[in-house]
Amino acid sequence: MGLLDRFKTIREVHGAVKACGADPFGVKMDRIVSATEAVIEGRPTILCGSNNYLGLTFDPDCIAAAQRATEEFGTGTTGSRIANGSYFCHKALETDLADFYGKKHCMVFTTGYQANLGAISTLVGPGDFVIIDADSHASIYDACKLGSATVIRFRHNDPVDLDKRLQRIAHEPGNKLVVVEGIYSMLGDHAPLKEFVEVKKKHGAYILVDEAHSMGVMGKTGRGLLEQEGVDADIDFVTGTFSKSMGAIGGFLVSDHPDFDILRVACRPYMFTASMPPSLVASVRASLAKLRAHPELMVRLWRNVDTLYHGLEAAGFKLGRQKGPVVAVHINDPALAARAWHGLLQNGVYVNLALPPATPSGTALLRCSVCAAHSTEQLRRVTDVITKVGLELGIIADRSVRIAAAE
Amino acid sequence: MGTAAIQQSSALTKDGIFVEIARLLERFRAGEATITSETVIAEDLTMDSLQVMDLMMELEDRFDVSIPLNLVPEIATVGQLADTIYASKTGA
Repeated sequence: MGLLDRFKTIREVHGAVKACGADPFGVKMDRIVSATEAVIEGRPTILCGSNNYLGLTFDPDCIAAAQRATEEFGTGTTGSRIANGSYFCHKALETDLADFYGKKHCMVFTTGYQANLGAISTLVGPGDFVIIDADSHASIYDACKLGSATVIRFRHNDPVDLDKRLQRIAHEPGNKLVVVEGIYSMLGDHAPLKEFVEVKKKHGAYILVDEAHSMGVMGKTGRGLLEQEGVDADIDFVTGTFSKSMGAIGGFLVSDHPDFDILRVACRPYMFTASMPPSLVASVRASLAKLRAHPELMVRLWRNVDTLYHGLEAAGFKLGRQKGPVVAVHINDPALAARAWHGLLQNGVYVNLALPPATPSGTALLRCSVCAAHSTEQLRRVTDVITKVGLELGIIADRSVRIAAAE
Repeated sequence: MGTAAIQQSSALTKDGIFVEIARLLERFRAGEATITSETVIAEDLTMDSLQVMDLMMELEDRFDVSIPLNLVPEIATVGQLADTIYASKTGA
C-alpha cells in the first residue's frame, strides 16, 4: 500500500466536488482589493465568506500600527516566547485582552487553532474528563487527541444531554472541563450558555467557551456570547482568535484561575512554536482598540446581517435557525451545493462551500459571512446572485409559484 | 416481569448487547451482507467518521454507559464494540 493510499476516499470525494467546474478548497485570489472585494480569475468578486466580521483588514490605523512595529521590532520573532523572550508588545496585548474580558490573566498563542489545542490539552490531564459539544470545531477535537483526558461528547447545544453525560461520570474523581463555542462556525447558531453554566455548576465542572466567531460580534462591548448572556463571571476560561473580527491571525486564552501562569511552561502548543510577529500583535492591538472605541461597528454588522438574512429568507432559502453573521444556506445535495457555489463564483460572489463531515447532520451548506464593511448594495447584489443561481438550479422555486403553493 | 424489564435483562448479556447494536446498524448495512461480530465498522458498513461518533452517542444512551471518544479508534469490529459496552456495563 502506497504512503498516501489511505486517502483514497477523500481523493474520490474531492474529485467529485471539483466536477462542479472548480476547486472550492483551492480558490486562487489574484488580488485583494478591500475587506469586501477581490479579483478571482480576473473577475471582480464580492467577498461574502471571509469571517472578516468588522472589516478591519484594510483599516488605515491597523495597517500603520503593523508597519511601525515591523520597522521597530523586525519582521518576526524567529522563535518561541520561552526561547526568544516575550517582546513588550506580546505582554501589552495580553494586558489589553485581560482588561477587555475583565479577567486577571491572558496568554497569546500564534493561532486560534493553537489556542484551543494548547488550552484544552493542558487544562485537563490523565484521570480528568473533557466534555465537548458534538458539533465542536476541528481544533477542539484535535486538542482532545493531543491531551490525555477522557473525552465525552454531548448532543449539540443540549444542556439536558450534557447534564445526563456528566451524571454518568459523577462518581469519577477527576476534574471535568466542559467545552462549548459562542457561535458555531458552520450553522451560525449559538450555545445556550446560561443553561450550560447551571449544569456545570451543578456538577462542579469547569467551562471553557471558544468565542472565535462571537468576539467583536455579540455583547454590548463585543466580548461575545458570554457578555450577551450576562455570564462573564461564571465562565472559567475563554479562548478566541484574532483571525476573524480582529482581521489578523493569532489566538488567546483568558481566565481568573490563580495558577494560570504555570501554563506558560506546561502548554506545549504555546511553548514549542514561534510567537506572533510584532506587526500582527500591533495590528491586533489597534483592532481591539478600534472595537472598544467604536462599538457602532457591531451595529453596522448586525444591520448588514438583517439585510442578507432577510433577503435570502424572502427568496425562499432554508437558512440556519439563529440569525447572525454566519448565514448558512442549506442545500441537501452536496453535488448540487458545489454547482451552486461555482455558479456564485462565476457571477462574482465568493462564499464558502461546506460539506459533510465538516458540517453537522450530513448537510451541505453555502456558508456566507457578513462584514460590517459590506455596503447595502453589495449585500443586495449577493442576495440577487444567490437567488438567480438558486432558481436556475431548482434549489428554490419562483416566488409566484411559492405564493400559489401557499394559498 | 414487564416487557421493559425483560429487554433490560437480555441486553445485559453480551449477546443481547450485540443484537441491539446490530439492530441500530441495520441502516448502515451494505448490500446483502449480514452483520456479524466480525463486521468491521469503518470498512464493511456505509458509515463516515461522524456517523460512527453519533452511533456511539446513541449506544451510550441505550445502555446508560460512557463510551469515551478515546476508545473509539480501538474498536474495529461490532464484536469489539459489544465487548466494550459489556465491560462498561458490568465494570469488567
